[in-house]
Amino acid sequence: AFFWLVSLLLASLIWFVSVHLSDREDARLQYGLLIFGAAVSVLLQEVFRFAYFKLLKKADEGLATISEDGRSPISLRQMAYVSGLSFGIISGVFSVINILADSVGPGIVGIHGDSPYYFITSAFLTMALVLLHTFWGVIFFDACERRRYWCLGLVVASHLLTSGLTFLNPWYEASLVPIFVITLCTGLWAFVTAGGSFRNILKCLSCEQEDESRVMMYSALQVPFED
Amino acid sequence: MITFMNNSDSEEEPCNERTSLMSAESPPVPSYQDGLQASEAGEAQAHRKRRTGSSRSPNNTADGETSDSGVPVRESSMENEEEELTLKYGAKHVIMLFVPVTLCMIVVVATIKSVRFYTEKNGQLIYTPFTEDTPSVGQRLLNSVLNTIIMISVIVVMTVFLVLLYKYRCYKFIHGWLILSSLMLLFLFTYIYLGEVLKTYNVAMDYPTLILVIWNFGAVGMICIHWKGPLQLQQAYLIMISALMALVFIKYLPEWSAWVILGAISIYDLMAVLCPKGPLRMLVETAQERNEPIFPALIYSSAMMWSVGMAKPDTGARRPSQQTWDAAEDGRENHRSPSHAESQMLETRSPVQTRPITSLEELEEEERGVKLGLGDFIFYSVLVGKAAATASGDWNTTLACFVAILIGLCLTLLLLAVFKKALPALPISITFGLVFYFSTDNLVRPFMDTLASHQLYI
Repeated sequence: AFFWLVSLLLASLIWFVSVHLSDREDARLQYGLLIFGAAVSVLLQEVFRFAYFKLLKKADEGLATISEDGRSPISLRQMAYVSGLSFGIISGVFSVINILADSVGPGIVGIHGDSPYYFITSAFLTMALVLLHTFWGVIFFDACERRRYWCLGLVVASHLLTSGLTFLNPWYEASLVPIFVITLCTGLWAFVTAGGSFRNILKCLSCEQEDESRVMMYSALQVPFED
Repeated sequence: MITFMNNSDSEEEPCNERTSLMSAESPPVPSYQDGLQASEAGEAQAHRKRRTGSSRSPNNTADGETSDSGVPVRESSMENEEEELTLKYGAKHVIMLFVPVTLCMIVVVATIKSVRFYTEKNGQLIYTPFTEDTPSVGQRLLNSVLNTIIMISVIVVMTVFLVLLYKYRCYKFIHGWLILSSLMLLFLFTYIYLGEVLKTYNVAMDYPTLILVIWNFGAVGMICIHWKGPLQLQQAYLIMISALMALVFIKYLPEWSAWVILGAISIYDLMAVLCPKGPLRMLVETAQERNEPIFPALIYSSAMMWSVGMAKPDTGARRPSQQTWDAAEDGRENHRSPSHAESQMLETRSPVQTRPITSLEELEEEERGVKLGLGDFIFYSVLVGKAAATASGDWNTTLACFVAILIGLCLTLLLLAVFKKALPALPISITFGLVFYFSTDNLVRPFMDTLASHQLYI
C-alpha cells in the first residue's frame, strides 16, 4: 500500500506541475492533461509494483538463508497475492471512500444532469479494480520470476486499457461491461498462473483429505538401537 | 477551560515520557561456561522440532561438525540462531504493535469525525499562549514557532525532572504524580468525552447512571494500570487514555502550531533517546541497571508469557500463552533476556511451536514482547486526528497518514531488531506522516477529486 501511495504521489506531482504550467481556462487542454496524468499514474504504479517485487525477492532470499530448512516461510506466490491485494485495496479505498462519505449525507444523485447511477457504478468499478489489481499482482510476479516479459507487457497494457475504458464513463455499457469481461479473463489467467486447474477445483470442492505425507518422515527416523 | 488546564500540569506528564521503543530483551549476554551449554542453548533457542527429552548426545552429534572448531564457531551459530529467532518473532511483534496503534487511531478519527466538540476552537492551552488569528502569514508562522518552543521546553523540563526523581529514587513522588495524572485522565476527561458523545447522539443519561459508569470505568482503570490486571484489559485502558490525551491535544493546539510541534518533538525524541546524556536514554538505562520495570502507566507492552518447565512436559494442560501480566512486579523484568543462562532448563522445550507448556513447576518465565511508550501512541494519533480534522481532502489524507505511520513503525521495529536497544519511535513515523499529509493534501487531493468528478479510475 505504501508503494502504491508513493507512486500516486509522484503521479499527482507530475499532474499538478503540468496543470500549473498550463493554461487553466482551456477545458480541452485540462482534460487532455488529466488523461496524461492518469496514464502516467498507471505506468508509475506498474513501476512501483516491479520495485516491490525486487524488494520482496531480496527479502525472500534473506528469509530463506536464515530459516531452518532453507526455504522461506512464505512462498513467492503468496507474496504476489498479498501484494496485489494490498495494491487493490489501497487503490479501491482511495477511489471510493470520499464517494462513500458523501453518500451518507443529504443529496440527490445526478441533479445537474449527470447519471443517477453514479454510486452503484462506482461501487462496481471499484470492486472490479480491486480484483484486477490482485490478479495483476499474481501474474506480474510470476512473469518477473520466470522472465516472461510479454506477460508483463500484457499486464501493463490491460491496466492502461482498463483505465482508458473508464474515460468512457457515463456511457456505462461501453465501460462497465468490457471491464468486467477483462476482470474475468484476468482472473482465469491468474488462476492458471498460480497453478490452479480444473482438477484442483474438483479436489477442493470434494473436500478430500490430503495424504499424510508427514507419516513418512517420522517413520524414516530411527532411534539408535542401544545394545 | 483554560483555567482548569492551568492547575493540572500533571496532564502533560503522560506525553513527556517514554517516546521510545524498546525491545523486551536486554542485549543477550552469551554465557557459555562450557561449549555444551552453548550448543544446547543454541539448539533450544532455535525452536527446533526435535525431541529433546532424551539425552544430550543427539544434540551434540547433530552439531558435531562445529564442535571441533571450539567455542567461537558455536558462538556464531548461537548468534545466528538468535538472529533467526529475533527475525521470526519480529513479524509477530510488528503485528502486536500494529493492532493497538490502529485501534487508538480509529478511536480518535471516529471521534473527530462524529463529535463536533473536538474540532471547535474553544481557547488554547496555557502552553501555547500565542494565538494564530493573526492578519499576516509571517506573524502566524512566528507565533506557531514560539508556541512550539514553549511547549517543547515544558516537555524537556518535565522529562528531566522525572529522570532526576527516578535517579534519586523518589519513587513515592513519581507514583503519586502518575496516579494523579491517570486519575484525571480516567475520570475527568472520560466524563467530558462521554458528555460530548451523548450530546452528539442526543442520548439522555441521568446522573446516577453516569456516576456508576464513570466510577466503575475509572476505578478498574486505575487498578489495571497501576497494579495488577489482565493484560488485555490493561492494554485497552492504555489505548483509551492515549486516545483521550490525543483528543485533548487535537482540540487545544492551533493548526500550524500542531504541525510544528509534531516536527519538533520527533527531533527532540531522536536526541533524547540516542544522545548519551539524553534524559530518556538515562531513564531506560537506569531502569535496566536496577532491573526494574519502567512505570507501567507510561509504557504499552505487548508481552506474552511463556512458561518453561524443568521436568518432563506435562502434556495434559496446555493453556494459551497470554496470562495475567503483573505490571508492577519487579522481578519479571530480569528474565527479558533469552534464556542462555538457563539453558539446562530448555532441554524439555516442547516440539509444539506456538503453545508453550504450563508445567506444574513454573521455574522460569520469559517474556517476549515489545514495549512502546504511550507518548508515541499519543503523537501518532494527534497526527492522524489532525489530518482528519483539518484536511479538506477528508478521508484520503487520513488514510495516507495512517499508512505512512504504520510503515514508519514497521521500519523502526526492523531497526530495533537490528540494534537491540531502546530506539525513538517517533522520528521515522512522524516524518513519513508529515510528508504524506502535506503532499496528499496539496498534490494528490486535487488530482483524485478531478478524477472522481469524471468518474475516472487509475
